Amino acid sequence: MLSQLISSSKRMLDVAARPFQSGTSPAPVVTTQGTLTVSHCDKSFLIGDQLTPILRDVSLTVEAGQFLCVVGGSGCGKSTLLRVIAGLETAERGSVALGDQVVTKPGLDRGVVFQEHRLLPWLNVWQNIDFGLSQSVRSGRDRIIADHIRLVGLEGFEMLHPGQLSGGMAQRAGLARALVNHPRVLLLDEPFGALDALTRWQMQTELLRIWEAERATMILVTHDIDEAIYLADQIIVLGGRPGNVRQRFQVELPRPRDRGASGFAELRREIWDAIFLKDDGDTSSFERERLLAELVAESHAT
Amino acid sequence: MRFARSLIHRLWLPVALVAIWFLFSWLGLISPLLLPSPVDVVRSGFELLGNGELARHVAVSLTRVLQGFALAAVLGISLGAAIGLSPAFDKSVDWVLQTLKPIPPIGWFPLVVLWFGIGEVSKVFIIFLGAFFPILINVVDGIRQTDHRHVELARVHEIGWWRFLTWVIIPGSLPSTFTGLRIGMGFAWTCVVAAELIAAEAGIGYLIVDARQTFHPDVLLVGILTIGILGTVMDAGLRQLDRRLIRWKQPFRGGA
Ligand SMILES: Nc1ncnc2c1ncn2[C@@H]1O[C@H](COP(=O)(O)OP(=O)(O)OP(=O)(O)O)[C@@H](O)[C@H]1O
Ligand SMILES: [Mg+2]
Repeated sequence: MLSQLISSSKRMLDVAARPFQSGTSPAPVVTTQGTLTVSHCDKSFLIGDQLTPILRDVSLTVEAGQFLCVVGGSGCGKSTLLRVIAGLETAERGSVALGDQVVTKPGLDRGVVFQEHRLLPWLNVWQNIDFGLSQSVRSGRDRIIADHIRLVGLEGFEMLHPGQLSGGMAQRAGLARALVNHPRVLLLDEPFGALDALTRWQMQTELLRIWEAERATMILVTHDIDEAIYLADQIIVLGGRPGNVRQRFQVELPRPRDRGASGFAELRREIWDAIFLKDDGDTSSFERERLLAELVAESHAT
Repeated sequence: MRFARSLIHRLWLPVALVAIWFLFSWLGLISPLLLPSPVDVVRSGFELLGNGELARHVAVSLTRVLQGFALAAVLGISLGAAIGLSPAFDKSVDWVLQTLKPIPPIGWFPLVVLWFGIGEVSKVFIIFLGAFFPILINVVDGIRQTDHRHVELARVHEIGWWRFLTWVIIPGSLPSTFTGLRIGMGFAWTCVVAAELIAAEAGIGYLIVDARQTFHPDVLLVGILTIGILGTVMDAGLRQLDRRLIRWKQPFRGGA
């Protein structure tokens, strides 16, 4: 049944999606101002006493203002990739650059929205955003904070503490904090993963609105393929152990995108196919069945 | 209605205990020299309150406790902060503190008396020793519990050291610090009584020893109950402060 699904979806040709050849060599890098490039990055972790490769030869390019989504099965290194870009982890090989600046450590030019809101529980919404706002900003802090609270639609909730917020509201506050320094790149690690389907849809629409207002480069990690298609200009499928880029998709559907449109559905199949692409036989069929079931259940939920 | 229910929950055990106590002495089952009737205890309690004796002893003990406790709080918190924030300092003092920690405060008393005599200094010192370690340990613990995810957040936002200390480490370690202060206060109170039992001319511990030597078991019981009540009151005070400062934490109160 699985093989049928895969082969049938393989037959379909999608006019909206043009998959690049997956592989180790990235598209030629044109270093314009603000382009984020990840070139040939390797990353491994010491798990127990064993150095386990997690990412192998990962390359990607996101032009300034572009929206990139990274999808892939659980544990393939999506978060790790995002952390490398954030500068929270250092790749053993390869490099990350923003414009002509090589990334070596975290910095205010890259905002991060974490999967859990990561608000400080003892600070209210206003104070949490104040905490995130660079200390080099001396005047007009109040106005900047108020503007960002408005941007994410949290007016009237400034004085609430994280414990008093709903999941969606907490994620909005986290988003406002990440945006408050006007980062050139916003990194989002499954920011809506813990939200119910309805709130998730709402947040996706809002994120697009904010993206259009802020014009920041977005890199969003998700395991929700629909979310990726709804949001992204470019989708990267990460897979395998160690994880590498399996395939790249350019999404050229006009926004706002219709989740029911045929182009949407066809792209969804293509991406499934890429995720379960059996290239090195390292994913057991059992594992694939499980992952597929998970994904199907999820896409039905949304 | 709810208030009445909760009051009944709180009251039935003390009332039952006093009733049984009263019944035993009333039936003459216990010699009044071993356990005087609650009526006698209450009477002598009012007497001691009326002539100011109780207030005088309580004031003496309280002064000692507050001095020792304040010293322990100041030193415990600052030393704990230094240990928690500086790995080098932590290593330097670790062995010394580990060795001193298991010594019961009262075990120091003979030596302390040798150094400072039987006066106030030695008692305050013992109280200080009793309160110091719980405070120190909990402050260090609180700092160690700083969430690494918050450390990451601070790196992403390029938060300066001072801001990180005041916005993240201190509020994060406040609950643990308060636990330390409350335990420390408990120990301080225990230590003052112990020290006064051994050598003193005033104080609630002295009142007890004196009552035993002069065969006044009712006064003895007044002293013991006073210790219990005052200890509770002080703990409740700290708990109030704790609750006021740490609003963001919802305690688990048991039940469903
Ligand atoms: N700090 C770390 N130390 C050791 N191993 C780690 C560390 N961080 C991640 N790993 C390992 O790296 C692998 C990839 O982790 P990562 O969090 O990047 O996966 P992911 O693709 O984000 O998965 P998910 O979709 O479940 O979030 C996992 O096998 C994990 O065990
Ligand atoms: Mg992850």
